[in-house]
Amino acid sequence: MKPLDHTQIPDASGASDPIISVSGLSKTYASGFQALRNVDLEIRRGEIFALLGPNGAGKTTLISIICGIVNPSTGTVTADGHDIIRDFRPARTKIGLVPQELTTDAFESVWATVSFSRGLFGKPANPAHIEKILKDLSLWEKKDSKIMALSGGMKRRVMIAKALSHEPKILFLDEPTAGVDVELRRDMWTMVRGLRESGVTIILTTHYIEEAEEMADRIGVINKGEIILVEDKHVLMQKLGKKQLTLHLQTPLAALPATLESENLQLSADGADLIYTFDAQSEETGIATLLRRLNEHGIDFKDLRTSESSLEDIFVSLVRGRP
Amino acid sequence: MNVYGIKAIYLFEMARTWRTLMQSIASPVLSTSLYFIVFGSAIGSHMANIDGVSYGAFIVPGLIMLSLLTESISNASFGIYMPKFTGTIYEILSAPISAIETVIGYVGAAATKSVIIGTIILITARLFVDFSIQHPVWMIAFLVLTSVTFSLFGFIIGVWADSFQKLQVVPLMIVTPLAFLGGSFYSINMLPPFWQKVALFNPVVYLVSGFRWSFYGVADVDVGVSLAMTLVFMLACLAAIWWIFRTGYRIKA
Repeated sequence: MKPLDHTQIPDASGASDPIISVSGLSKTYASGFQALRNVDLEIRRGEIFALLGPNGAGKTTLISIICGIVNPSTGTVTADGHDIIRDFRPARTKIGLVPQELTTDAFESVWATVSFSRGLFGKPANPAHIEKILKDLSLWEKKDSKIMALSGGMKRRVMIAKALSHEPKILFLDEPTAGVDVELRRDMWTMVRGLRESGVTIILTTHYIEEAEEMADRIGVINKGEIILVEDKHVLMQKLGKKQLTLHLQTPLAALPATLESENLQLSADGADLIYTFDAQSEETGIATLLRRLNEHGIDFKDLRTSESSLEDIFVSLVRGRP
Repeated sequence: MNVYGIKAIYLFEMARTWRTLMQSIASPVLSTSLYFIVFGSAIGSHMANIDGVSYGAFIVPGLIMLSLLTESISNASFGIYMPKFTGTIYEILSAPISAIETVIGYVGAAATKSVIIGTIILITARLFVDFSIQHPVWMIAFLVLTSVTFSLFGFIIGVWADSFQKLQVVPLMIVTPLAFLGGSFYSINMLPPFWQKVALFNPVVYLVSGFRWSFYGVADVDVGVSLAMTLVFMLACLAAIWWIFRTGYRIKA
C-alpha cells in the first residue's frame, strides 16, 4: 500500500496520543435493546487492535457509531482528535470501513465502484492509486468486470479496495475473514500487516481467535455491550496463560498414588497420561519436583510435551466468567 | 463542501441512467408518442380548439409535465431506495458528506434525467403537432423547477419506502391520478364550477397551468400563483428532507 503521510509521529507506546478515543459511549436502539453500556476505549496510533466478543456483544454497533452509521445515545468519540459528530468531515476522511455484510452494488464495474468511493470521501480522482490498490488486492484483472459477476471472496476484496480508496489512516475491518477461504484469509493478513507498516491503524473485529492471536498488538474483549478487558496480546496471554505438561506413561496407572495427589496433577481417563498444570510466569514451576517424585514412585514416562493455553481458552473463560 | 463527493454520487446516478437507456429514456418517449398519436392526432383532429390553441398542441405541456412528475419521482426514489435495500448506504453514511450534499447529488441527477426526458418529449411532440413557445425562459424555468421539486419528493418516498411495493404505490396511486385530473388533457375551465374548485386543491393543476402559460400565454390560474405554489411544494419537500436527516428517519439507527 502507498505510504500515507503522517503529521504525527507515533510515540513509543502511542498511549498518550490515541488515534481513537471513545468515552462514556452507550447505545440503546429504538427497540429498547442496549447494545453498548458506557464504553471507554482508546486505540493507539499505528497498532492493530482486535475486538473480540461473541455474537451480539456490540462489536458492530461500536464500529458503526465510530464510522457514523449509527447515532450514539450518549458519550463521545474522537478520531485523530476530531469529534466524530461535530467535526465529522475531517474525522470521517481519516476512516475506512469494511463492513461485515457483503454489500456491494451489482451492475457497476470494479473500477467504477472503487473510484466512486474515493470521490465520495472527498478526494480528487487518482487512477494510479486505484490501480495500486486493485493490483495489491489481486483485483486488477477484474477491474472491468461487473461486481455481480464476482465470487464472494472477490467481492470481499472489492469492499476492502473501496475502504482503502481514499487513503484512510484508520481502517476498520468488521469480521474481515468471516466466510472467507484460507488463501484469502492469508492474503488479508499479509495486507493488514503491510498497511500497518505504512502507518495505518487497524481495528478488526473477529470471533476467530486465531486471527486475533496471529495479528493483533492489543486485544479488547467486549461482552454484552461492555468492554471487559483491554490488554496487550502478549501480556494477556502471559497473565492468563497456563501451561500444561503432559507425561505419557510407560505403563498406564489405575489411580494416582495418594501421596502425589494435588489439584495441579491429573490422570487422564485411560490412565496413560499425567497432566500437570503450572503457571509459566512463576519462579518455581514445580516441574523438577514433580519429576523427582515420580521417579521416587517408580513411575516411568516415555514422552512429554508442554502446551500453552490459547487465546481461545482465555476468551472463553473470560466471557463465561461474567454473568 | 465535499464537491468530489457530490460529483461521485451525481455521476454514479447518471451512469445508471445511461446504463438503462431503454428503460430510462426510450420508454417514456414511446409512451408519450402514443399519447400524441391517440389524443393529439386521432382524437385531437375532431376536437375544438381550447383557448385558441389546437387540441394537439394544447396537450403538449400537460404530457411533458406528466412525464416529468412520474420520471422525477421514480428515478429519485429508486436512486436512494436501492442503497438502502442493498445495504450500500453504509458508505454514504460513513462518508464525509453532509445531508445537503447527498441530496444535491441524488436529486440533481434525478432532475437532470427528467429535464433530458422532458426535452426529448418536447422534440418528439414537434414531429406530431405544431406548437410555439411564447416564453422560452419561463418554460425552461418551470421545467427545471418541477423536475427538482418532484425529484425531492421522490427522494422522500425512496427514504420512506421499505419495500418495492411502497416504492410503487405513491407514484401509481396518488401521483398518476393527480396528474391526469390536473388538467393535462383539458382546461379546468371545462369542468363544472364545483369541480373547478376541487381541482384547485390539486397541486398538479398549478404546474400544468404555469407550464402551459409559458407555451401559449393562456392559463387556468395566474402564472404567479402557479410559480408560488410550485415553490411552496418545493419548500415543503426540503423541510421534510431536513427533518429526515435530522432525525435519521429510516436511514440511521
